[in-house]
Amino acid sequence: MALTTYVDAIRQGISEEMERDDNVFVLGEDVGIYGGAFKVTAGLLEKFGETRVIDTPISESAIVGAAIGAALMGLRPIAEMQFADFISCAFDQITNFAAKCRYRWGAGIPIVVRAPSGGNIHGGPFHSQNPEMHFVHTPGLKVVCPSTTYDAKGLIKSAIRDPDPVIYFEHKFLYRWPRVKEELPSDDYTVPIGKAALRRKGSSLSIITYGAMVYVALDAAAELQKEGIDVEVLDLRSLLPFDREAVLETVKKTSKVILLHEDTRIGGFAGELAAVISEEAFDYLDGPIRRITAPDTPVPFSPPLEEFFLPKVSDVLRVARELHAY
Amino acid sequence: MNAKTVDPHTLAKLQGPALPPRETQLKILYYMKQVRELESRIERKLYRQGKIVGGVYVGRGQEAIAVGSCIDLRADDVVCPSHRDMGAFLIRGMSLRTILAQYMGRKTGATKGKDSNMHMGSLEHNLIAFISMLGDNVPVATGIGLSFKMRGQDRVVMCSFGDGATSRGDWHEGLNMAAVMKCPVVFICNNNQYAYSTPLERQMAVENVADRAPAYGIPGEIVDGNDVLAVWDASQRAIEWARGGHGPTLIECKTFRMTGHSAHDDAGYVPPELFEFWESRDPIRRLERSLVQQNMISESGIVEMQNRISSEIDEAIAIAEKDPYPDPEDCLRDVYFEEQ
Repeated sequence: MALTTYVDAIRQGISEEMERDDNVFVLGEDVGIYGGAFKVTAGLLEKFGETRVIDTPISESAIVGAAIGAALMGLRPIAEMQFADFISCAFDQITNFAAKCRYRWGAGIPIVVRAPSGGNIHGGPFHSQNPEMHFVHTPGLKVVCPSTTYDAKGLIKSAIRDPDPVIYFEHKFLYRWPRVKEELPSDDYTVPIGKAALRRKGSSLSIITYGAMVYVALDAAAELQKEGIDVEVLDLRSLLPFDREAVLETVKKTSKVILLHEDTRIGGFAGELAAVISEEAFDYLDGPIRRITAPDTPVPFSPPLEEFFLPKVSDVLRVARELHAY
Repeated sequence: MNAKTVDPHTLAKLQGPALPPRETQLKILYYMKQVRELESRIERKLYRQGKIVGGVYVGRGQEAIAVGSCIDLRADDVVCPSHRDMGAFLIRGMSLRTILAQYMGRKTGATKGKDSNMHMGSLEHNLIAFISMLGDNVPVATGIGLSFKMRGQDRVVMCSFGDGATSRGDWHEGLNMAAVMKCPVVFICNNNQYAYSTPLERQMAVENVADRAPAYGIPGEIVDGNDVLAVWDASQRAIEWARGGHGPTLIECKTFRMTGHSAHDDAGYVPPELFEFWESRDPIRRLERSLVQQNMISESGIVEMQNRISSEIDEAIAIAEKDPYPDPEDCLRDVYFEEQ
């Protein structure tokens, strides 16, 4: 059986859901004729027609607003932001309209906003961001960040079927990365929103992470194993809601924890995790909670700058050694 | 010549204004008077008595717009009202008690105490709750219209906003998208000439909101927003145009806000002569005069109507005042879907 890429897995998930449910449709900039800037929606226009694969003007706010309106009438829209960076233009519709309708007047808004995020593709300040925390801080939304091909498909399906608005962050670096190609089950499977996945079992310390940083953690873990440091890697997969039990379980098991993300530091998800761990598992800790994140700067363009910006295996090795020795 | 092939603006020029039948005109009068009385109670009584807290925004002097545009919509059409459109809620069948309980923060209100004043919605009544970021309902209305197109339904959306909202990006994005996709939406602006304290000339450099319609390639029309029959006429043509699959229309209703922005605002920045001028153009008295002149209703019939409206509101207030507040813990409910 052929191996599937992360980008193909997202497309498969969307396509299968569109076949399953006539109410599912796609709208966004260049998603139809062109098949999407990253070809996530390639072939869907031919398969489902222009009524269900809709090219829109460059109007992120209206794309999400129109998705909300269609959802209010019972449809299941998937709105594409061409780059996650552009989601700022739709911030108001997402955080004020979509997120609060159910709470205010009982009107669920089952939309998916797809947001291609992340760096390491030389995209510069406006094509590389990880804006997930704006939405994690908005009650009423759900936020997912798949790291594997299996999860990319399983989570897009769950997001489409979910009765509430889901922001689906798909990491651009993973789209066609050979390392994440895998053979997918032929059956109709989903990945539940709010459940983490243990990517590596270990006993010395835990790295809690998500998105493309899962692979930085795994590479570091392989290196640290040679030094006798046995690292556990927990992939959150969902940030809102996040898997509190899995987080506490790994912390209680290893007693030492590194929180790793590609997003910048202040107000990053690591801060929330650190608070939860210290509130609920303080007695289990044998060392300080350590964060490894991007610095608090915009995402720079030039390769040496971007390399400096992104958390790397060497960063994890250094911090893990310090924490192990603590 | 019919509305299916000629845009609504051209049709008006060709045919002259149409008039609704007597029965509809009396219904229009009833709803306008009901809105006036209900909002007077809310703003001048319940709010001042401290029974309503928070913001109160009324549409005194603008009643013709929501009533004239919504009175002849079908039940399966959708309304996206704004904050001075009480008539839309009443016409769609939201009860006085639900509305009053909403204003008083009761569990029986349209949002069960979660949101205040005019921030009401009900899918059952095809009423979409607006949010305070005015103009956000324009892209949403576009999406509702898009869904009708996708499903081959001949339903339309009536989407309302004020002059201030037309300065927002969402308004422009939504209008453009609706125009490009030919969504069946009627965009109706209540141009009451002030956005909070900011007069029109500081809001836009064009003279009329409707001047923007050609920029989106859609018909635009200006009507006297204090003439409910003119609002009805323009709305009917635009509704027909949208229902026929021709896309959106932008109707601008020239009117005036006969109050401050909200109950706490004395509107000291508005020249008094403006209030005097617009008082003489009061939409309710205009319709009453016209109906009496045409013997469609008598002076005593108007008094009877007013008395009926007052006692209905008295009853609803009495019930809503006794309605319970939400439980404090309800704060935590309904953020996400919950299995019932």
